[in-house]
Amino acid sequence: MAGELRLSRETLEAPFVKKVEELSGQNPYACYQCGKCSAGCLFAEHMDFLPNQVLRLVQLGDEAVLWAKAPWVCAACLACAVRCPKGVDIARVMEALRQIALRRGVQPVEFKVDRPYPQIALVGAYRKVTP
Amino acid sequence: MRATLLYFPGCALKDQAKNYERATLSALATLGYEVKELPRWNCCGTVYSLAQDDLMRHVGPVRNLIRAQELGETRVLTLCAMCYNTLSRSALFVQNPENLRRINAFMDDEEDYQGGVRVVHLAQLLLEEIGEEKLSQAVVKPLSGLRFGAYYGCTLLRPKEVAVDHPDRPEVLERIIAALGAEAVAFPERTECCGAYLTVTRPDIVRERVSEILLSAGRAGAQALLTSCPLCKFNLEERRPLGAPKIPVFYLGEALAWALGIEEIPEELRKSLAGVMR
Repeated sequence: MAGELRLSRETLEAPFVKKVEELSGQNPYACYQCGKCSAGCLFAEHMDFLPNQVLRLVQLGDEAVLWAKAPWVCAACLACAVRCPKGVDIARVMEALRQIALRRGVQPVEFKVDRPYPQIALVGAYRKVTP
Repeated sequence: MRATLLYFPGCALKDQAKNYERATLSALATLGYEVKELPRWNCCGTVYSLAQDDLMRHVGPVRNLIRAQELGETRVLTLCAMCYNTLSRSALFVQNPENLRRINAFMDDEEDYQGGVRVVHLAQLLLEEIGEEKLSQAVVKPLSGLRFGAYYGCTLLRPKEVAVDHPDRPEVLERIIAALGAEAVAFPERTECCGAYLTVTRPDIVRERVSEILLSAGRAGAQALLTSCPLCKFNLEERRPLGAPKIPVFYLGEALAWALGIEEIPEELRKSLAGVMR
């Protein structure tokens, strides 16, 4: 991902972008990289790529974004979604990336259930991080 | 005449938030409602799926709406903010005729859902139906002298299609607090996420979030926080890092029951009450 940026018709029109578009119901190309999502994201400091950068990688058709930590740090709080001036629901893009990763088995999230949790926490977590 | 009110509890209200259920149901009885629990309710799904192809995840919520429809009811009350969110978003999802057709085709064992059941949160019931005037008239033990921080969290406010108020500048909880005689203090973190289910996978992040929220509430002078989300309450209490302000967290319905004279105000708050205890 880092370093040299290669742009080609093959990646920009790749089935990967189409897949993210379909699963999220969002048009990633509507994003003009203003960064408002990242500015208001409470979890951005723990992400390897900021929310707007995740969206940029999707725009560029870079599948390496499936290995990024950011979608797993996103808590789907929707602060970005209500603030995006272009109406892109970034939380849905994050969900699409989690789903593609889970369905392909590329990124199992590892965690230990180390104490009793209320159902509301466990069901929520398992719904987001298991296929 | 007493108005009947159909009520969807959800898992937390039967478990870690039993006190929220008990307090609220007694308070609603005092306010003239005959509350009836939704028969054969099932899990709301906790978190709403954001993927377009997850039809299956709407089955649970829509089944609950069908339970209400079977009784000829057109609305169902939730106390839990997360249940409110998932149920009302699924109710919106099936407003689209194609989605409704698909979900009905998916469920062989149920009568078809016709649409039209509205999901109502306690905060909406208190303000939009009962109203501040009637609410404050029902108060027998005003909570004057107490300063509450209203902690909305995410699910009452986002997405905006189901928000109980403006997603960035809400005031419904503050208005309820004022109607109960207490002072509502505004604090910047009141609408910000506590980390939710990350408490299982990334407790380190949730501890940071909780610390920020408590510091923000503390700086504003909140003596206690009021919430309607059992997961927020769990995180604010169980993920509070050492050194963060020890601000107690209560449910909205508990404060309601205190003000209506149904339940005792906790010792830790009683000393702050204005004047002599009535």
